[in-house]
Amino acid sequence: MQTFFIIAILVLGFLITFQIAKASEYVAVLRGEEQTRKQSNKINAFLMLLFLIVGLIGVYYCNEKLNGKILGEPASDHGVLIDNMIKITLVITLVVFFITQILLFWFAFRYQESDKRKAYYYPHNNNLEIIWTTIPALALSVLIGFGLYYWFKITGPAPKDAMVVEVVGSQFKWEYRYPGKDGILGKKYFKYIDETRNNPLGQIWEDSANHDDIYITGEDLYLVVNKPVKMIINAKDVVHDVGLVHFRMKMDAVPGMPTTMWFTPTKTTKQMREETGNANFVYEISCDQMCGRGHTSMRGTIQVVTQEEFDAWLASKKPQYLRANPDKDPSVKKDSSNVKDIAAVMTN
Amino acid sequence: MNTVHAETMSVAHDVHDHSRHGHHKESFLTKYIFSQDHKTIGKQFLITGMIWAIIGGLFSVLFRLQLGYPDETFPILETFFGKWAKGGRIQPEFYYALITIHGTVLVFFVLTAGLSGTFANILIPLQIGARDMASPFLNMLSYWFFFLASVVMLSSIFISTGPAATGWTMYPPLSALPLASEGSKLGADLWLISMALFIVSSLLGGLNYITTVLNMRTKGMSMTRLPLTVWAMFFTAVLGVLSFPVLLSGAILLLFDRNLGTSFYLDQIYINGVVLPNEGGSAILYQHLFWFLGHPEVYIILLPAMGMVSEILSVNSRKPIFGYTAMLGSMFAICVLAFLVWAHHMFVTGLNPFLGAIFVLLTLLIAIPSAVKVFNWLTTIWRGNIRFTPAMLFAIGFVSLFISGGLTGIFLGNSTIDIHLHDTMFVVAHFHIVMGVASMFGMFAGIYHWFPKMYGRYMNTTLAYIHFWVTLVGAYLIFWPMHYQGLAGMPRRYLDKSGWVSFSQFGELDKMITVVSIVVFAVQLMFVFNFFYSIFKGRKVTNPNPWGANTLEWTTPINPGHGNWPGEIPEVHRWPYDYGKDGRDFIPQTEPISPKESVTHKTEVKPA
Repeated sequence: MQTFFIIAILVLGFLITFQIAKASEYVAVLRGEEQTRKQSNKINAFLMLLFLIVGLIGVYYCNEKLNGKILGEPASDHGVLIDNMIKITLVITLVVFFITQILLFWFAFRYQESDKRKAYYYPHNNNLEIIWTTIPALALSVLIGFGLYYWFKITGPAPKDAMVVEVVGSQFKWEYRYPGKDGILGKKYFKYIDETRNNPLGQIWEDSANHDDIYITGEDLYLVVNKPVKMIINAKDVVHDVGLVHFRMKMDAVPGMPTTMWFTPTKTTKQMREETGNANFVYEISCDQMCGRGHTSMRGTIQVVTQEEFDAWLASKKPQYLRANPDKDPSVKKDSSNVKDIAAVMTN
Repeated sequence: MNTVHAETMSVAHDVHDHSRHGHHKESFLTKYIFSQDHKTIGKQFLITGMIWAIIGGLFSVLFRLQLGYPDETFPILETFFGKWAKGGRIQPEFYYALITIHGTVLVFFVLTAGLSGTFANILIPLQIGARDMASPFLNMLSYWFFFLASVVMLSSIFISTGPAATGWTMYPPLSALPLASEGSKLGADLWLISMALFIVSSLLGGLNYITTVLNMRTKGMSMTRLPLTVWAMFFTAVLGVLSFPVLLSGAILLLFDRNLGTSFYLDQIYINGVVLPNEGGSAILYQHLFWFLGHPEVYIILLPAMGMVSEILSVNSRKPIFGYTAMLGSMFAICVLAFLVWAHHMFVTGLNPFLGAIFVLLTLLIAIPSAVKVFNWLTTIWRGNIRFTPAMLFAIGFVSLFISGGLTGIFLGNSTIDIHLHDTMFVVAHFHIVMGVASMFGMFAGIYHWFPKMYGRYMNTTLAYIHFWVTLVGAYLIFWPMHYQGLAGMPRRYLDKSGWVSFSQFGELDKMITVVSIVVFAVQLMFVFNFFYSIFKGRKVTNPNPWGANTLEWTTPINPGHGNWPGEIPEVHRWPYDYGKDGRDFIPQTEPISPKESVTHKTEVKPA
């Protein structure tokens, strides 16, 4: 019923507008079309000026209202570079924006039709053309220069001491793998993926580098503050994307083609909670590439902690190799001495 | 070439014969349906495009409802859409189908076919002084292929698994694997077939436009005397002819992957517990093929709008367009660069950073010709004597939107910033302003300006003014604040942000945007009403040259028949922008240059 009323009101409103519009056409004919045209010309010229003024106030108001809602300080070294680049670009584009928009609407108002003025015949001026080809070219050189300098810094090779972690996307979850003590991610092949036998990534167990790899899913990914992390990213089914808004990083996860990105988290989760005043703050991984019906809910979470906390956390994890091959698991085989088991796991 | 000439001659003969006998012996079918008259074909493109625009716009209102009110239910949606809106809530598959069809339809069917299809058809022969296109028959086929593509696309909306739901870019493997989503079942096949038909339509049209412009200009109409509209349509056609075939091949390979078991785009896939046999393909290959069209496509959409805006700004400022040569040069530069920037859509796909750097350089270069165009438009209205016809309002709106959207492109074209902003709402805001709304404005400007030529009547100006002001304000209200969502990193294509810590702070804003978008959509419906009402009941045109314009289309009768000019085709003696010269309001192109005339401009149109 409510919908019906809304539609009825809309139709009625439209009919009224239409009748007025139609009537104004008749009035125009009666009063002389030329005179009516001139009058509406004045109104539109005035509206141009009004739009400019209200628009500029609107830009300011919008910024006041929303600026606090965009992300605060970046939480990674690369994030700082990216935010710098945004600021440089913002300054240049805003100057151009204000100049051109003001000129456009001011000219529209200022040079509205008038019987007293004749339009100025001004077909070209090569000097002007050269000026406004050169100035944008210079401004853009600045932007390209800074942009590429930062770009190569961000995409350059990761530091040697970077921690490595694999991130795998699939509909609609994130899975992670740490290389374990040897620092090497063991080989894997998609045809070995077998979730019923505890091998969700398709690790090749014959490769001994796999024996200490630690697999995580459904819980937080842990990273170490101030330690570079290199992510090796891939996907099992369709293209996903690892989006890390607070670190300002992003990289596609493509099936069949591993990609990488690296950065250094500079703030622990605890620090961020204090900074944002949000006790529930958590770093999030968003999937930024359309991946199907669950795209919106493909959320991962990250804890950035100190090295000690990280070591303790990692030590509590069991390599996937032992889950997939329980016969190799010392804690399962020798259930007589508990102390030894824990020690065995810890060393893994 | 001979056949082209023969055909032109025969058209010319027909017209003479008819004018002698005074009566056309055209049946309803050949006059309105299978017409070979470029003007009728243009109108067919326009009206089909408008129908698609209403569908696409309606879809955007539906998904805006979801974005603005994610927690509310709308039982009426269930009444109309059944399982797709179960319990009055838009289901994720439906949401993704809506955005996919909205994007596809508006980019291809409305802003490509509806814009360049309409105005290239109507304006090229009229403005260069030709009786019709080089091949009226191919021209007719071009429309009917578009019609077929429309039928296939429309039918995909009604199948049980729904239309394609992978985003308008149709990235595999999501679009290649029926296991990956409902929309990747039959819907994706229909999408690809529809696109293939559409590309055929676009190619037939494009080849025709190029041939016509090169071969069929009237006496005296040298290339440098062409109105900028014709140049824009010409460049658009060149872009389309060179880039659409690449998408066609991309789409065919995708059809093979889907139906014939090939692995062009598929490699090492494990989905829903199934290990697929495909190995060795590359999902990124498709993105290259897609964007090799996809980026020129942006200019295929923008250039016709730019051309028409240039013409309309000049006519209504009663001043020549400033820097005709620079306008041509910048259009040419945009055309060349359009082919060299596609990978800026792929900065975060794992592209080699060095290659990325080259694409940053080339992408930002496009800002230079764009800036030249903006400054030239500003100088065109400077010291003019401006008449705010509805067309002029939309042309000014176009320039404003083009500036706003163009500047945000400088953020996205810089790979460093793109890492953060890629696939966020910032991108959505950017391309809607610069490509979507701006080109729409160009299209509205064109419709209001040439409506008297198309139908011999005027559209209602009061409704037009309301249409303009509400749309301009609405467009900024919708898309300006959206940049902030993007700066916050909010990904696009999220239908509900409530589960997120980082993105849930914009609930109020999303509501506001939804309300405004409904208002703007309602005003577009009013425009459509005004359009159709005015075809039959609008005020009649009495002056064959109602805007006091120089170009040739205004030398035809108010309702030109097939063949455009009843007698000889007029000869052209000057460029089309002699407004305000020597104290005269305007000097049509057909008027010879008199010896007393001052040559205050040193353009290429010196008296011969």
